[in-house]
Amino acid sequence: MSASEPTSQPAGGRPAGAWKPFALTLPALVLLAAVIGYPLLTIVLRSLSEPEWGVQNYAWFFGAPVNLTVLQRTFTISAWVTLVCIVSAYPYAYLMTAVGPRVRLVLVLCVLIPFWVSGVVRTLSWVILLQDSGVINSLLRSVGFSGVRLIRTQTGVVIGMAQVLLPFMILPLYSVMKGIDLRLMRAAESLGARPSRAFFTVYLPLSLPGVYAGAIIVFILALGFYITPALLGGPRSTMLSTLVQSQVLSLLQWGRGGAMGVVLLAATFLLLALAAPVMRSRHREAGRR
Amino acid sequence: MNPGQESRGAAIDLESITKAYGDFKALDGVSLRIEPGEFMTLLGPSGSGKTTTLNVVAGFTDVTSGKLLVGGKSVVGVPAHKRNIGVVFQHYALFPHMTVGRNVAYPLTLRGIDRATRQSRVARALDMVKMGDFAHRYPSELSGGQQQRVALARAIVFDPPLLLMDEPLGALDKKLREWLQLEIKRIHRELGTTFVYVTHDQEEALVLSDRIAVFNRGRIEQIGTGRQLYDEPATLFVGRFIGDSTVLRGEARSDATSTALRIAGETVTAPRRLAGEASPVMLLRPEKLAIGRPGQGVASGTNRLSGMIAEAIYLGSGSKYEVRLADGSTAIVRSPLTGESFGLGEQVELCFDGADAKLLADDSTADTTLT
Repeated sequence: MSASEPTSQPAGGRPAGAWKPFALTLPALVLLAAVIGYPLLTIVLRSLSEPEWGVQNYAWFFGAPVNLTVLQRTFTISAWVTLVCIVSAYPYAYLMTAVGPRVRLVLVLCVLIPFWVSGVVRTLSWVILLQDSGVINSLLRSVGFSGVRLIRTQTGVVIGMAQVLLPFMILPLYSVMKGIDLRLMRAAESLGARPSRAFFTVYLPLSLPGVYAGAIIVFILALGFYITPALLGGPRSTMLSTLVQSQVLSLLQWGRGGAMGVVLLAATFLLLALAAPVMRSRHREAGRR
Repeated sequence: MNPGQESRGAAIDLESITKAYGDFKALDGVSLRIEPGEFMTLLGPSGSGKTTTLNVVAGFTDVTSGKLLVGGKSVVGVPAHKRNIGVVFQHYALFPHMTVGRNVAYPLTLRGIDRATRQSRVARALDMVKMGDFAHRYPSELSGGQQQRVALARAIVFDPPLLLMDEPLGALDKKLREWLQLEIKRIHRELGTTFVYVTHDQEEALVLSDRIAVFNRGRIEQIGTGRQLYDEPATLFVGRFIGDSTVLRGEARSDATSTALRIAGETVTAPRRLAGEASPVMLLRPEKLAIGRPGQGVASGTNRLSGMIAEAIYLGSGSKYEVRLADGSTAIVRSPLTGESFGLGEQVELCFDGADAKLLADDSTADTTLT
């Protein structure tokens, strides 16, 4: 073998020391196993073993129509929250790419500052805004409209949750959008595309990876929301986490609570598996310079 | 493309186009007529207004004042997407989420052309740029030269009467650039479309163009064929920008028929005088200067200047010398392979015929804008 040939790959074997990068992830893996793996395992075991071994907890869950209604509602509300987040975050994230660095900093702070405030505090401020005698309704009445019922409705829950989750949509969207080469839009126009057409055929497809990333984060976080639906919602907008809480903390039915958690987890995985082929981007490179 | 149904090029008229950004005039009264089917190059250093002119024609930049006609019709205020002008960008600007085929089909899809026609026109355009086998690849799988050829196909597939190219070969290496220059020339011949080509590379401009418009500080200094610009530069800037040149400056004295320059104790004369008050300088092309050892009496020319070899460059076909003159300025001389060769630091004598010296008005800004 001549000295100039690469020698990093000895014949028939992995180069020595290939395990080293994995060793670096070990602390994180241990932590994940301890705080996610172990509790998850406990939940699965308890759902199958309490009060006795068997699938009685799952039979109970699927046997009671109210549980299925709540499960379905949990997904519906999460879907609405995701949609509201996409629609409101998209122009905001675009604006962040279009302005100068100073204004962008202000826009980023506007996203992040509410994020640093406790979720309970933010939800309580939504109570003040949304309640029947609250700011929104008094405003509506003062201009001659009849009030709308927002608090203890699904609409109220969606509004509150969307506001809390908005940063998780804006930030991934922004990071994808800032990599899109705007000169492509100019190219599209020179080829005969009016601005709206150029947007839908060039900009939007290139921004989709950001939409997907944000949507997955928001949707999954929304599925497990507890405080906001509990404070802003009523009995007709209960989400699954509220049911879990009442089963576990009020009724001490750890097995049933565990079964609900497992069902939610399985349903989420199923949905992601269905969505994955759509989201898999068909292009190799997302319009980066 | 079938003969007889060639898409003919459009004429372009720019009439005193001005584009101001606040106090700064990016374009200052630019007037230019481009004939149908002509290959016109806008040449100039960066910031000279050539790209702004291209953007004005493409519709990306609106004008502050002036008239712009494409094919005899005013297009001022017409948005870019309605102008039907092909544009090729330096950065290729291919859509990364579409295959080569879909990229090239894009302008046809926008025009509502049916699928069968679309496919045949895409194939024809890709064949023209010799990229017919790449229709199913994505832009990221292609080299820079291949991407630019696809971009060219996309810009000509809808048969625009005018094609604009903004330094399309600027990001490519020299060999590829020279080959693509010939390809672009061939495509121009085959299409018969008007081409407007922006570059800062004077050699590229000379290779490609029917005519060249030399831009400097938002104005056109001169419009002409490569030969006209080289042999008869209208301004010192043009003379310096196109080709190698030696500029002689000195204490000037003019009489009715001739001009003499006194340069660090030596005097050179040219049998002409410059009209007007401006102080004259002499511009000499490298092949008009003869080089020899002092006192050897080089055959050609009546004027002599002594100097020292500051740089000797072997070019293969001959040698190029940079000669430091007595006043500190630099002369550029090309000598054929058969001639004598000189070493660094050697004392030499330069001779030229006064009739070969171009008399031009001095313009101190010509040097600063060039560097």
